[in-house]
Amino acid sequence: MTMLSKFKTAAAGAALVGASLLGSHAAAAEDTIKVGVLHSLSGTMAISETTLKDTVLMMVAEQNEAGGLLGKKLEAVVVDPASNWPLFAEKARELISKEKVAVIFGCWTSVSRKSVLPVIEELNGLLFYPVQYEGEESSKNVFYTGAAPNQQAIPAVDYLMNDLGVERWVLAGTDYVYPRTTNKILEAYLKAKGVDEEDIMINYTPFGHSDWQSIVAEIKTFGGKGKKTAVVSTINGDANIPFYKELGNQGISAEDIPVVAFSVGEEELSGMDTSALVGHLAAWNYFQSVESPENEAFIAEWHTFTSDDKRVTNDPMEATYIGFKMWVEAVKKAGTTDTDAVEQAMIGLSVKNLTGGMAVMGKNHHLSKPVLIGEIQEDGQFLVVSETDDLVPGDAWSDYLPVSEDTIADWTPPISCGNYNTVTKTCSGQNF
Amino acid sequence: MYRLIIALVLGCLLYSGAHAAEDPLGYELGVLAQTKLTKMPAQIDVLVALDDDRVVAVLQAMLDGRLYRRKADDTLFIGEPGEDKSLAITDPLGVTGDSVAPATDFKRIAVNNRMRGQLRLAIAQLNLRSDDEEQRFLAAQELLGDTSPKVIALLEAASRSESSGRVLAVLADARALAALQQDDANLRYRAVEELSGNLQPVVLNALQALVEEDAGGIPLEPDPAVLKRARQAIAGIRQDAEFYSNVETVFFGLSLGSVLLLSAIGLAITFGVMGVINMAHGELIMLGAYTTYVVQLLMPNHLEYSLVVAVPLAFLVSGAVGIAIERGVIRFLYGRPLETLLATFGISLILQQGVRTIFSPLNRSVATPDWLSGALEINPLLSLTYNRLYILVFSLVVFFLLVTLLKKTSLGLQFRAVAQNRAMARAMGIRSAWVDAMTFGLGSGVAGIAGVALSQLTNVGPNLGQAYIIDSFMVVVFGGVGNLWGTLVSAFGLGMANKFIEPVAGAVLAKILVLVFIILFIQRYPRGLFPQQGRSVD
Repeated sequence: MTMLSKFKTAAAGAALVGASLLGSHAAAAEDTIKVGVLHSLSGTMAISETTLKDTVLMMVAEQNEAGGLLGKKLEAVVVDPASNWPLFAEKARELISKEKVAVIFGCWTSVSRKSVLPVIEELNGLLFYPVQYEGEESSKNVFYTGAAPNQQAIPAVDYLMNDLGVERWVLAGTDYVYPRTTNKILEAYLKAKGVDEEDIMINYTPFGHSDWQSIVAEIKTFGGKGKKTAVVSTINGDANIPFYKELGNQGISAEDIPVVAFSVGEEELSGMDTSALVGHLAAWNYFQSVESPENEAFIAEWHTFTSDDKRVTNDPMEATYIGFKMWVEAVKKAGTTDTDAVEQAMIGLSVKNLTGGMAVMGKNHHLSKPVLIGEIQEDGQFLVVSETDDLVPGDAWSDYLPVSEDTIADWTPPISCGNYNTVTKTCSGQNF
Repeated sequence: MYRLIIALVLGCLLYSGAHAAEDPLGYELGVLAQTKLTKMPAQIDVLVALDDDRVVAVLQAMLDGRLYRRKADDTLFIGEPGEDKSLAITDPLGVTGDSVAPATDFKRIAVNNRMRGQLRLAIAQLNLRSDDEEQRFLAAQELLGDTSPKVIALLEAASRSESSGRVLAVLADARALAALQQDDANLRYRAVEELSGNLQPVVLNALQALVEEDAGGIPLEPDPAVLKRARQAIAGIRQDAEFYSNVETVFFGLSLGSVLLLSAIGLAITFGVMGVINMAHGELIMLGAYTTYVVQLLMPNHLEYSLVVAVPLAFLVSGAVGIAIERGVIRFLYGRPLETLLATFGISLILQQGVRTIFSPLNRSVATPDWLSGALEINPLLSLTYNRLYILVFSLVVFFLLVTLLKKTSLGLQFRAVAQNRAMARAMGIRSAWVDAMTFGLGSGVAGIAGVALSQLTNVGPNLGQAYIIDSFMVVVFGGVGNLWGTLVSAFGLGMANKFIEPVAGAVLAKILVLVFIILFIQRYPRGLFPQQGRSVD
């Protein structure tokens, strides 16, 4: 078994080396536009990021079939930053300086994006970041196609408050930057809505936390006070399964205390026994179950591409899809792949999203998105129970945090700044 | 051909029309099939109002997600998905018989949380007159705390015809809760009297509402006697609640300890007895968990036995891998701990990536058998989850089997002899190389068994092992290297410490505090809680 798996790994490694050698040869040809893919294929984050690499490859293949771009073929350059944050910066440098890619699709965790940021700004590259994140950032060289907090967390809280009548709140998260910032925003938002301090419980757990007994017991007591209680979960992917299992085992159902999660999507559910999760909620900008012609076509293409008709699609995949389509449109509009020209061409562009609406790129490099709330069903899919009437524009700097309430990002002249203070009318110039 | 289809469709329409006319339930179900999600709650109320015994089955099926709409004619069926996308359907009206149809012809009726709540209450109301005593009991419990006049009337009616003692007790509680809102102070006093000592959370909340004070500090309850009695009752319940919460924490601690014990016990053998720093220990646990997954794939129809099969298999798989590691790498590195550490770390990465390549980087879903899910309810405030309970017992069984193996068998004697003095053991005719391989295999196999247990608690994914390797070393070092009993005490000790600190300091700080404590302890007692004594200690 070990010998076999070792052999397989070795063979796979050899194949990869070979492929990259071949790749760099092909790169010599000048009639290709290179697209960098910076997603972890090994290490802890491989679980989420591998899918996005496949999505980009699928989009590249599709674009080539449709005749390429500016008369040239697209060529994907895949590197593996191995879930190692400093390696993300190194690999980004390699992609831009050595491989001369026109654009990079990549990163999942905020810390990996923060690590790439200085490199991409120094070398004037272009990054499309497809994951929901905590906001408080806008870089000239990055387009954020995932949700900002006002496009996921706040509408979810509104739904719980207005539709389900929730009065007591548990903000549970994994102990790192995204949950901490999101919870800070949510806490400020809830207090602004008149929720008492004692009706908010905030709890942080380490990465990969698996022993949820005491925390679930605590939530049970907290929720047993006669007021409707909900858990707003920013718990990171891996720790979710034991959390939901413990909820189920201690007899807490979604009707008693619903959990709304921002990191649990179709992909994560496909690795879970969903019986204990039915009825719990998730807030995203896309669900596989949404019925639209674009979505059906996308799912069909994904199934053909992966030769597996059980593979699910998810929100970051849609964000990658929109990002890629927009980049193609922007390059066409600018007539070049030059970063500055493409960057300006991107602003104001709109492409169809997969849920039957339009995605518009704002001046702050964030997208307008619909916000959907879904309930988990037995089959691991979501039933949409609420949807915003209009598209919600992404807000780079939260209005609910005192440090950023006066800050905006606007990359069009005359402001052209990612961190502009509307009161002092100055640009701090600090983008990360 | 065309005519035939038209005739069939017409026939269907006529048929459904026909049985709708004579059966109000059939008609209302037809309406339900065409109702939008937002309008469904109203239609459910209509169904309940029909007062038809067949409604319970429909509502229950809806709640469980087993109610299907035939796309062709909007007729509702209760369905059970079978193999090859087929659906075994039952007509809720009992007109047409059971049959099997392709699932693609049907669409599941989706329900959301609010409807689930509504359905649960509706089913409970209908079930109050069920023939099954268990059903009535559950129904009464579900309705506890609902003080709407309609439900109270139902409960009154139910308690007149009820014969079962435990159902009557719940019904009495429910009526007492309702009586708290009576105008007559005597009735309220008696209700409080009746409810004191009842540990249901609704009771505490209702009593709490009674003694609550308005803005001016004046209690909402006007009668001083009732107020005093209610305050007493609350104090009593609080005291009980505190006691049970401590019992619960002890159980949580034991349970965390059992997980630590399981993951560390294999290491206690390979590291403790043999002195090999095996960084791939976590991955051997992971292989055990994946064995469980494969076993479940192979026997999808016998999930309840899958774990029983998986335990010996996981032992063999991880044991075999362990022996291969020992023979292939570690035996060349005995006496060179640094190199061993690096080599086994490399092996752990290879195993992780191997699993990623073979099984995909995504987590695999390992099902929990029915006998492992749910909780043993001791009283409304204290329930022990079955999976934790079984794992606690299982870890102790594994531990005592290992101790027996090491102390009472000749194999165990050879293990210990080689560990204590290799040269002398060889002189006595023990094949030390063989014993090394077997010991390492045993430790690895036990890690595999731990993997089976952990697959029930956490994610089965390539990173499973990494989460446990640090904790395992911590437990072994703290307990004293080379001492199985030390490992036992240290695992439960650390589990308890963690769980008692956690409610006060939070999960992150609890972990840090425990770690700091261990560092300080190891500074003072480098050999751990139960140091090995004798000449063998170098």
